[in-house]
Amino acid sequence: MRQIQYSEVIDVVAQLCQETNFFLPEDVLNSLSKAQSEEKSPLGRTVLAQILENARIAAEEKVPICQDCGAAIVFLELGEELELTDGNLNLYAAIEEGVRKGYKEGYLRKSICHPFTRKNTGDNTPAMIYTDIVPGNKLKIRFCPKGGGSENMSAIKMLSPSEGIEGVKKFVIETVKSAGSNPCPPIVVGMGIGGTFERVALLAKKALLRSVGSQNTDSELAVLEDELLKEINCLGIGPAGLGGSTTALSVHIEMLPCHIASLPVAININCHAARHKEVMI
Amino acid sequence: MEFTITTPLTEYDLEQLHIGDSVFINGVIYTARDAAHKRLVVLIEEDKDLPFDLQGQIIYYVGPAPAKPGQVIGSAGPTTSGRMDVYSPALMDKGLKGMIGKGNRSQAVIEAMKSYKCVYFGATGGVGALLARAIKKVRIIAYEDLGPEAIYQLWVKNFPVIVVNDIYGNDLYKEGVKKYQKIGML
Ligand code: SF4
Repeated sequence: MRQIQYSEVIDVVAQLCQETNFFLPEDVLNSLSKAQSEEKSPLGRTVLAQILENARIAAEEKVPICQDCGAAIVFLELGEELELTDGNLNLYAAIEEGVRKGYKEGYLRKSICHPFTRKNTGDNTPAMIYTDIVPGNKLKIRFCPKGGGSENMSAIKMLSPSEGIEGVKKFVIETVKSAGSNPCPPIVVGMGIGGTFERVALLAKKALLRSVGSQNTDSELAVLEDELLKEINCLGIGPAGLGGSTTALSVHIEMLPCHIASLPVAININCHAARHKEVMI
Repeated sequence: MEFTITTPLTEYDLEQLHIGDSVFINGVIYTARDAAHKRLVVLIEEDKDLPFDLQGQIIYYVGPAPAKPGQVIGSAGPTTSGRMDVYSPALMDKGLKGMIGKGNRSQAVIEAMKSYKCVYFGATGGVGALLARAIKKVRIIAYEDLGPEAIYQLWVKNFPVIVVNDIYGNDLYKEGVKKYQKIGML
């Protein structure tokens, strides 16, 4: 059994909170630069230039890319041959502690509150943590601060199986269209197809963690992603919703088999501040 | 067109602005999100004094990140304006002349902008670090208990925005999209 210390988990998570909020990842930057050179609308190009300049300033000054520093979303891959040592914490408590530390020390905005009273929890916890147990003796932590504006434009639907692939396409186009300028386009579209009601939402979220602009390993899904991206960019919403040819940077699909009676679909929209990073301990 | 304007806004300022214009704002603007709007509207309903005079002013929908030591303000980009729709006409009635945010407004707000003469400016969402650079001084003036949602007075220099809804009833979100929309396969 390999051992890792809780304190190490805390520090890694705290650092991830800050790094994801200060530094827009390479894949997103590349995709935005490409969009800037291809965008047809002059206003759209100005917006994309602002987004790139903003990323440069954020990285240089180590300040948040966006004031909405997101809900703390954590995907874990926990190796079976791994043991956590010392302290009275469990792994989840260590992650929460890391989020508390990262958001406080990084001067990140805390955006989590009671659903009714709207009282802020004050430290951006609870984090939303999902765990897969995997072979091996490592711990992979994938962190994604997720903004509220784009999360609010996401949608889930239990389609009838007879609606098929056309129904899925229609649902994603309608969702992006009605989101309009709200989710800070250009967006990244995470799609879950199949599974069950709760699982399909998680698939859509997980799809957002994939590198922007990467191709699906399943060739049929890769074709579908490509087709949907083209279709979404025909909507004309454009950067910041002011009209233009770049509404989405990328469409990512995760699919699972589902019940014979169902066809669950979830669309999780991410903004151009598509912050994500992973670390292996 | 490109314009530089200074607050408080005059009728003339508003008349020359049209959708798609780039505008650089100078002077004092005020921040407020939903919670602060709710309190302002309650005061108006009770016929009480507001914490600041709205005449000719601009409200910016923002909840900034905390300032780092040495910073004037943390990252400060716009939040979704739709949440303010129910409150905005009451503020226009008290003299509000400009709003800065992101995302589309309701038909009722667009109508109110026309009759009260008020402009909706879009600031680019998600570029809070860049926009913070145009904010030179900050002072809290009301509702400190709301934290980042309190009302702040901001002194801005060349704060960059785009006219999304003008006083003539035009909507850039609709017009811009129409211009670049292609009829797709679906
Ligand atoms: S949708 Fe994203 S970029 Fe826009 S304000 Fe929210 S977190 Fe920031």
